Amino acid sequence: MNSLAVAFADTTVIAKRNLIKIKRVPEILVFVLLSPIMFVLLFAFVFGNAIDIRGLNYREFLIAGVFTQTVMFGATFTAAGLAEDMQKGIISRFRALPMSRAAVLAGRTVSDIAYNLLSLVIMALTGLAVGWTIRTSFGEAIAGFALLLLFSYAISWVMASIGLAVPSVEVVNNAVFMVLFPLTFLANTFVPSNDLPGGLREFAEWSPVSTVTQAVRELFGNVPANAPEPPSWALDHAILYTLIWIAVIIAIFAPLSVRQYKRLQRA
Amino acid sequence: MADIVEAKGLVKRYGKVVALDGLDLTVPQGTVLGLLGPNGAGKTTLVSILATLLQPDEGTANVAGFDVCNDPEEVRKRIGLSGQFAAVDEHLTGFENLDMVGRLYRKGRKASRDRARELLEVFDLAEAGDRTAKTYSGGMRRRLDLAGALVAEPPVLFLDEPTSGLDPRSRTGLWGVIRDLVARGTTLLLTTQYLEEADQLADDVVVIDHGHAIAHGTPAELKTSVGGERIEVTVRETGDLPSAQTILTGFASGEISIDEQRGTLIAPIAGGVPTLTKALHEFEASKIDLFDVGLRRPTLDDVFLTLTGHVAEEAVSEEADGQKSEEMAG
Ligand SMILES: Nc1ncnc2c1ncn2[C@@H]1O[C@H](COP(=O)(O)OP(=O)(O)O)[C@@H](O)[C@H]1O
Ligand SMILES: [Mg+2]
Repeated sequence: MNSLAVAFADTTVIAKRNLIKIKRVPEILVFVLLSPIMFVLLFAFVFGNAIDIRGLNYREFLIAGVFTQTVMFGATFTAAGLAEDMQKGIISRFRALPMSRAAVLAGRTVSDIAYNLLSLVIMALTGLAVGWTIRTSFGEAIAGFALLLLFSYAISWVMASIGLAVPSVEVVNNAVFMVLFPLTFLANTFVPSNDLPGGLREFAEWSPVSTVTQAVRELFGNVPANAPEPPSWALDHAILYTLIWIAVIIAIFAPLSVRQYKRLQRA
Repeated sequence: MADIVEAKGLVKRYGKVVALDGLDLTVPQGTVLGLLGPNGAGKTTLVSILATLLQPDEGTANVAGFDVCNDPEEVRKRIGLSGQFAAVDEHLTGFENLDMVGRLYRKGRKASRDRARELLEVFDLAEAGDRTAKTYSGGMRRRLDLAGALVAEPPVLFLDEPTSGLDPRSRTGLWGVIRDLVARGTTLLLTTQYLEEADQLADDVVVIDHGHAIAHGTPAELKTSVGGERIEVTVRETGDLPSAQTILTGFASGEISIDEQRGTLIAPIAGGVPTLTKALHEFEASKIDLFDVGLRRPTLDDVFLTLTGHVAEEAVSEEADGQKSEEMAG
């Protein structure tokens, strides 16, 4: 077998192992599924009624933001899962096996797509139930979900790197929260970016978090008719710009985390 | 016989802590080397380097003909490792754990499953094989972990404190399993904190302390230098000391030492508990009032006392352990 086939086969074995855990510990699913439902409902009913933005349908505007935020936080599973495996010595066992050096990480990032897919489905159903509408074709809607999954897959590789660098599951959760929380708010996720103060506004207009949200709004047909012209090249070419970010993040963080894995200093 | 494991001048530092301090070691093919040392001596660090998990700062090591730094992939194909803490996936069943390892060794689907079932049988886990490992006892996890190391029938096996934390019965059971393995020609490097374990399993013993070897020999040589088992008796009335000494002389295999102050006599013996029992009968018959009595076997502490003049320095390793946990905590 050539090394690519080996890597693929090993990745499948590891991904399968991770998925079995979802089956065996269904409690995890409760959180994966409940918190997105909660977010959609909170935003729809609390903010959706309280915030009035120039006549745009705020509920419709919000849902893409909630999707983006949830899949980004969903990628945390990658870091937490790796940190846990490391704490339990399972990574050491894998590292002493003649298996692909990328497979443990690739298997983890791949299986975490399953978590995000599940929470997207649940959020979409909840959203549809409270009045969210997809105003485009089926194909474009699928492309919207696919883009969200791709984006969270890229974030998973960042998380893999964090998970390998940080010593315990608890620290992982705190570290990740510190990074993701501001990122998801300094964007057009919950308010239009031109409502942000100067400085933060430029940041938000070029942030991939904004562009993925914008791209998804476009693909779902949720961009308000009276929305102003996109204020940056990035937002104007949201899909392309997001895809470039996804490619760059993976190109940097996949090799970086494999390198970290090879050089782990823990017995 | 050719040396299948060979380490020269291994040095490994963690910040200021020198975990390995120029360690040399060889294991001839088909033999068992016991690496005996207290907590923090560097045992796990050594095993991790030989199993390609860590890179040494200095020195070289060869395992099964390949350099651990330059050809780690080739080394990994030829070794089995069971680490200090059983690394089983508790959400998988015993069978799934072994099957997964088989697949990662690139065994085919069927070969991997057959091997998993076979190992479950050998390790007395057949009945529990389809339960998740979460439900396993400490001894069962250990056995499953060991089974995982044997999936590919590697010629070289590293076991890091395989029986620590086990009750005496599981320990004896595991010793039996390890003996069977060795009988089939596997080369084994085993670390332990128990002199008795090294004695039971190893052909050769290396004693390590603070990252270097302080003694090397067969278990018999080591025990002879330390002294074998002995009876320790403390009488209530020091006046009984002479008659107690007379009784012990009948059982002693060497010179009896007496501590008049404490009223204690120490007599080297052979024959273990039966000998002790006979001696006790005589004490009872002579109506000597005993305050304390016991059978003592030499331990790691005795080895250290003999070799270094002091017992194993836990304090040093505790301090180092403290640093380690600090580092681990962030
Ligand atoms: N990851 C680590 N970071 C810092 N210090 C470590 C680390 N691993 C081991 N040590 C230190 O190195 C020394 C040797 O440890 P180890 O090889 O685990 O000993 P043993 O297995 O014999 O108990 C100890 O002082 C230990 O605290
Ligand atoms: Mg150890």
